[in-house]
Amino acid sequence: MIKVAILSKSYGDTQVLGRVEFAVQAGETVALVGPSGIGKSTILRIVAGIDGAFEGQVERPDAAAIVFQEPTLLPWRSALDNLLLTCPGLKPDAALHALDRVGLAGKDKEFPGQLSLGQQRRLSLARAFAGRPGMLILDEPFVSLDPHMADTMMTLTEDLIAEARPATLLVTHAEAEANRLADRVLRLQGDPATLKAES
Amino acid sequence: MPDNRATPFLSILGLLTLWVVAALLTDDPQTLPTPWQLIPLFQRELASGELVHHLGATLIRVMWAFTLAMGFGVALGIVMGRSERVNRWLDPWLVIFLNLPALVLIVLCYLWIGLTEIAAILAVTFNKIPNVATVVREGARALSPDLDAMAKVYRMSWLARLRHVVLPQLAPYIAAAARGGVAVIWKIVLVVEFLGRSSGIGFQIHLYFQLFDVAMVLVYALSFIFVMLLVEWAILQPWERRVRRWRSA
Repeated sequence: MIKVAILSKSYGDTQVLGRVEFAVQAGETVALVGPSGIGKSTILRIVAGIDGAFEGQVERPDAAAIVFQEPTLLPWRSALDNLLLTCPGLKPDAALHALDRVGLAGKDKEFPGQLSLGQQRRLSLARAFAGRPGMLILDEPFVSLDPHMADTMMTLTEDLIAEARPATLLVTHAEAEANRLADRVLRLQGDPATLKAES
Repeated sequence: MPDNRATPFLSILGLLTLWVVAALLTDDPQTLPTPWQLIPLFQRELASGELVHHLGATLIRVMWAFTLAMGFGVALGIVMGRSERVNRWLDPWLVIFLNLPALVLIVLCYLWIGLTEIAAILAVTFNKIPNVATVVREGARALSPDLDAMAKVYRMSWLARLRHVVLPQLAPYIAAAARGGVAVIWKIVLVVEFLGRSSGIGFQIHLYFQLFDVAMVLVYALSFIFVMLLVEWAILQPWERRVRRWRSA
């Protein structure tokens, strides 16, 4: 379960976030939507533990995973090593299975640069789910994909979430994406940004 | 057009030709001997064991100074590149040491520590650390924040981050510092030996300089250049190819 209780977040003298409180249960997917620049990514960074400079508190499971807009892989390590290095304790057999699950069977020895962009995104998904995360953060993971590829990736993501049932926070500016993947949609509005009533 | 791979050999052949022509025009082996006049001298030094002894002494100093300078320089560069605060404090030191003549550091080390092996190696190390740190600092500033964030979320240990996230990104910078480092370090080692050691190529060059023996100066200098080219071809270039292999895969 993720419990977020942000009181405020500022960059220098500029307050970008006001009170933002929400929780995401295990197995639940919550989408965070809002216009560009309102502070979605700031909340994501706070929830993920990347940014600790804020007032408030965040409770999150130990095992966390994130899927960025870009694949954000280690280009100098093989596909298999990308999984093994980020998921300590993961056995090679389990890592190979995770690759197989996203359609990358037989690609374990290849470097990310040898994979197509679609395959790199699949590898990024495999990495996120290989460690059986309690918390999953999706940062606009389908933003630059063509409609067909986006649909394929969303179906794969839905299936993987249904299998692993992590508490999932999806940050997106695409309403259709949020409505398709999320159980609940949270909207950010105002300056400093706060949450609008849930839909 | 000659094959590209043959170009370096043709280039070296051109340099040798230039040397031979200059030696023949000079017509004075005391000033500039021909390459073939050096061969018997080289064989004599090799057979007596003198050449190997002095080459070994210099090589050991180069290896120590290189290892220390790269170790401290890389660490300092990473810290300065990652922390603006540390950089603000240490940048003026770096500028001062970058502009301090090698000779001053060598003389000061010998004066303060004495004419010892430690003083010689430290003098070379202190000369090279600022250059390595400066190059690696640029690399540390260019580290990917996305990969940093990824490593943080996936809770990679600091050692795993250093080994698999930070150092591979710094590899081109470290390789550049290493190649430049070896080239500069061995030249400074020769000065250090020239001034205050009783072994090594620099010491031998000093000895034959006092005897005005150009041929022997060339025998020792060229022998060590050859050894350093071997280090470049057999160690540094294969290592660089290895750390870059993912780019060409």
